[in-house]
Amino acid sequence: MLPAPRFVPMGDQALIAEFGDSVDAALSARIAALAQRLRESRPIGVRDIVPAYTTLALHYDPAAFGAGASPYETLIATFESWLKTQTAAPLPPGRQIEIPVCYGGAFGEDLEALAQSHNLSVEDVIAIHSGATYYVHMLGFVPGFAYLGGLDARLATPRLATPRPHVPAGSVGIGGAQTGVYPLDTPGGWQIIGRTPLQLFKPDAMPPSLLDAGDAVRFVPIGAQEFAARSKAAA
Amino acid sequence: MSISVLKPGLLTTVQDAGRHGYQHLGVPVSGAMDFFSHRIANILADNKADEATLEITLRGPRLRFERDALIALCGADLAPTIDGIIAPEGKAVRVRAGSVLDFGDSVAGCRAYLSIHGGFDVPVVMGSRSTYDTARIGGLDGRALRRGDVLAVGSAKSAAYPGLSRALAASKRSFVAPKWAVNQHTEKLGRSLQIVRILAGRHWDAFAPAAREALITHEFRVAPDSNRMGCRLEGPGLVEGGADVVAGGAGEILSEAVTFGTIQIPPSGKPIVLMADRQTLGGYPKIAEAASVDLHLLAQLRPGDRVRFELVSLAQAQALWLKREQEIITIREAVEKHLTE
Repeated sequence: MLPAPRFVPMGDQALIAEFGDSVDAALSARIAALAQRLRESRPIGVRDIVPAYTTLALHYDPAAFGAGASPYETLIATFESWLKTQTAAPLPPGRQIEIPVCYGGAFGEDLEALAQSHNLSVEDVIAIHSGATYYVHMLGFVPGFAYLGGLDARLATPRLATPRPHVPAGSVGIGGAQTGVYPLDTPGGWQIIGRTPLQLFKPDAMPPSLLDAGDAVRFVPIGAQEFAARSKAAA
Repeated sequence: MSISVLKPGLLTTVQDAGRHGYQHLGVPVSGAMDFFSHRIANILADNKADEATLEITLRGPRLRFERDALIALCGADLAPTIDGIIAPEGKAVRVRAGSVLDFGDSVAGCRAYLSIHGGFDVPVVMGSRSTYDTARIGGLDGRALRRGDVLAVGSAKSAAYPGLSRALAASKRSFVAPKWAVNQHTEKLGRSLQIVRILAGRHWDAFAPAAREALITHEFRVAPDSNRMGCRLEGPGLVEGGADVVAGGAGEILSEAVTFGTIQIPPSGKPIVLMADRQTLGGYPKIAEAASVDLHLLAQLRPGDRVRFELVSLAQAQALWLKREQEIITIREAVEKHLTE
């Protein structure tokens, strides 16, 4: 069950509900589930519902709450009474998403150096990286980018001293204690260990993002041939 | 109906009221930076509120209208001309097929908005036509205009301002406009020193009193690397004894949502006001948020212009916003009375 949130305004058209103060996969999973349900209930005047590690932000239209009342106070009151109806309902089981990754070679140019820096073999790194289950705490940075928790501490690796001007979409990287997939061609400073043929962000699809907050993710090693076949299928 | 892009200008993009409802997937809202000028331009062109306009930044494009069109220009005064004659702002304008809209140097403000009756016919992506070029979505192929582009215009839905059409037919001029105009306070929009009201942010109390004091007493200068993502300010650094408290030394907080107008203090101590293309989450302490009613003033500041912040309460900021909404409704009703003329 979620603790009662503390509310703070974020300007005059958004507020933040804070449920805790430290990163915890179980807490962000609950916040993510709450965000999904709230979105489905289509609350009046609310434009965006944005979960993060310990918070849930509501972006709202102050003109939607009628004259006289404070839009901020009205929204909090509505949200609090909605929250009361939610505490008893069990959490829906999170989705399990598998992301195929072709590790190393041209797709993961930093894999060998990363393995060496940890006194591991390339096979060890692949086994450790694909052996864990990761949790999507939240999405941000660029469309479809998931902040994943759960990287094995043995693989934590500093970012590149100089970020690359161009990292191809689908690249799987490690930056500090985090791992993740670049959804778009962007500049990037993470150590790149592989690439997925999946498109994580498709603007014309519904939903446009493969991942959502609360999902569990596993990386599944694939070979170059399968990568080529699946790239073709995804295009 | 279409518009040919003879010259693209510095940064000309299709924008509307923004891409709401996808921030949880990391998709920025985008949309017009000066959303008031954008809305008034749509009202003048007898468009629905959700149509897109062209956001024109500092140095404008050169555009040719391939058919007669009903347009409006609002926001910054970027010295617009039609076939060499000064083009009016804040007015409905009927332009003749073949005429060319051009711009000079910025006279006042940073961003002008061009609306056209029927709207710009670009695909709706996730509920919006707004251009977000980092992800190449919205607008024309997800990017700013380029020379040689052809912008499709939606079909006209009304016979607004029949008198203007008759006047154009009876005249040899490239365009005609009525005597009346919407007062869009261009003189205020174009000031090089703006007072922008702010609300205390989530980490206001965690900043040292001196840092808070500096934020509301000093003038800040708009840095040249400001853009649609953020208005970067130069002035007294606000870090000392401030952000460290928030961050336990690291100058960062747990990433969480940010909004249009969030004033972040990164480790440099130089404030960044997050604007239309901001990322959805941020990891720097939030000292304040700009009042929404004043965001368009920030959007109109040019590099080198100055801003001073004034603290207001949440209740004041929301009352100001609702009052402005009422003013826009009044403007719309006034314009609607002219539509049949």
